[in-house]
Amino acid sequence: MAAKRAERLVNLVIALLSTRQYVTAARIRATVPGYEADDGTDRADEAFKRMFERDKAELREMGVPLETGRTSVFDTEDGYRIARADYELPEIHLTGEEAAAVGLALRLWESAQLAGAAQSALVKLKAAGVAVDSSRSLPIQPRLDRGEAAFEPCYAAARDRRELHFDYRRPDEDTAVRRHVQPWGVVAWHGRWYLVGFDLDRQADRVFRLSRVAGTPKATGPSGAFDPPADLDLTAVVARQAGGQEHLVVLRARPGTAVGLRRRATSLGPADDGAGGVEDRLQLSTTEPWALADELAAYGADVVVEAPTEIRDAVIDRLTRLAALGGSA
Amino acid sequence: MNASSTTDRMTRLLALVPYLSARPAGVALGEAARDFGVTERQVRSDLELLWMCGLPGYGPGDLIDVSFEGDRVRVTFSAGMVRPLRLTTDEAVALVVALRTLLELPGLAERDAVGRALAKVSTATGDAAERVTPVAVSVDAREETLTVVRGALEDRRALHLHYYVPTRDERTERTVDPMQLLLVEGRWYLEAWCRRAEGVRLFRLDRVDDVAVLDDPAAPPPEATSRNVDDGVYRPEPDAPAVRLRLARAARWVADYYPVEDVAPVEDPPGGLAVTVRTADLAWARRLVASLGGNALVDEPADIGTQVAAEARAALARYGLSPGDAG
Repeated sequence: MAAKRAERLVNLVIALLSTRQYVTAARIRATVPGYEADDGTDRADEAFKRMFERDKAELREMGVPLETGRTSVFDTEDGYRIARADYELPEIHLTGEEAAAVGLALRLWESAQLAGAAQSALVKLKAAGVAVDSSRSLPIQPRLDRGEAAFEPCYAAARDRRELHFDYRRPDEDTAVRRHVQPWGVVAWHGRWYLVGFDLDRQADRVFRLSRVAGTPKATGPSGAFDPPADLDLTAVVARQAGGQEHLVVLRARPGTAVGLRRRATSLGPADDGAGGVEDRLQLSTTEPWALADELAAYGADVVVEAPTEIRDAVIDRLTRLAALGGSA
Repeated sequence: MNASSTTDRMTRLLALVPYLSARPAGVALGEAARDFGVTERQVRSDLELLWMCGLPGYGPGDLIDVSFEGDRVRVTFSAGMVRPLRLTTDEAVALVVALRTLLELPGLAERDAVGRALAKVSTATGDAAERVTPVAVSVDAREETLTVVRGALEDRRALHLHYYVPTRDERTERTVDPMQLLLVEGRWYLEAWCRRAEGVRLFRLDRVDDVAVLDDPAAPPPEATSRNVDDGVYRPEPDAPAVRLRLARAARWVADYYPVEDVAPVEDPPGGLAVTVRTADLAWARRLVASLGGNALVDEPADIGTQVAAEARAALARYGLSPGDAG
């Protein structure tokens, strides 16, 4: 930004902070340096108006609470002021430990979506007198998944409570389908980003994986168009939809094999392997039976599923298709 | 987010005078630059600009006044700029969500401090934090392992790990020199020098089955440097052999999950995707193909397909089936 403009904006903020009266545009033009002077021409008036409109927009964008109003009933036009109490960050005193916690927490965003906001929050806390020593080297590096292009529009729409539409492609579908959603929020769950909201076409809560959004989501309509449920727990919604019903699976594994399964299985004791040998009977619990079937099939002949029938059949189905790979190659 | 450079500079300009006001004894220019994440030159140029700003009247007694003593700077007149601007919604969300996320991490020594900081920050952010926060972050964590590893890092001690390696389906034992803990894509990793492999490795904490702190001091050799995980934890191996797969629709997620190259749509299987994965670990590739249950066809190396198929036939035999009569 041109230094002139920055200087003008800072002076405008100081001028409006220093008064309790509403200051008219004309008065601002006459006192704050940097505005096109009033030389009686329409051209100068126009130039001032444009400049002042842009400055107001810029300050509001930054979160400066610019108020409009009249100080007394005798005033003939609206003026502007900034209420100090609304402008200033309230007092905040953090101990060294607490400040270190803030520094550590903000590292979470270091390479992720809210990195810019985290950095400016940190600057403001430091300006409020908090000594956040970001150079203190902790051997911990929390961070979020790097860019998911759909994050920003989804987050902004949820923040502003605007309706959102986007094209969504499930991996098993060829074409993306347009979805219309009231976005409630975005959630990082088990390392993936999800959008949680109310699906207007299906009239039900839905969870969308951001990586399956095709193109850029678009917000439409006014802000504040809806209210998320008062008792909303975003993470719980994702957990509920992503995790399903629990299934118990019983299988046999050859001794010394299927180490990965044994790490989370309960042993049910030795079992006959059907060929005169002994192997181990194991029980596993899963909320994702098809993913488990994929995993079990990958163990090949080391693992045999006993129950339930659906999982057993699912594994046999996968093995049958795998057996065909050699033939086609 | 998406703060333009305009907004960035304005945020800094409005914060700089309060920052100095809060430090009446003065601040070294270098320290201020570090705190604002900019160069010393930039801070100097910001201060020169602020020098020209002040209260209406703009006489000598109205303008912001800053004094330099050596390389230390302090503010002598603030023109009423004593507190920084309130946090915007995005800033409040970034801060509150980050602290809440930390609070959920078990085994974190700073837990109490995080809780107190969260309470104070929530009060200071007011409205912005009271509304339903439109972002949540949930993290997997194993309390005990994290606590032990954390302790070893702080005490600079070596660790003995029982570590599960899924690509070979085996439990390994190794002694490592811890370097740092990383939270990547919702999972904790220990970055450490592995004495067995003689290299820096990432160990996913949920695959650590047992961990013991050794008396041995942690001593990663000088050549042990941290890996850049900006692009995820799977590091592409550009010189490794190519495994060429054709992914059916149900397996197309593989292209999002692992580093792949030469991605191209194909007709066989319908709606499929041809990809190349580079890996020196063919056991991993075999396991990947097998776990895709026939939804990936192997073009190269052909023996991966042959081996997976042979293993599948042996497995079918255990169900009393041969490939022809299943269904």
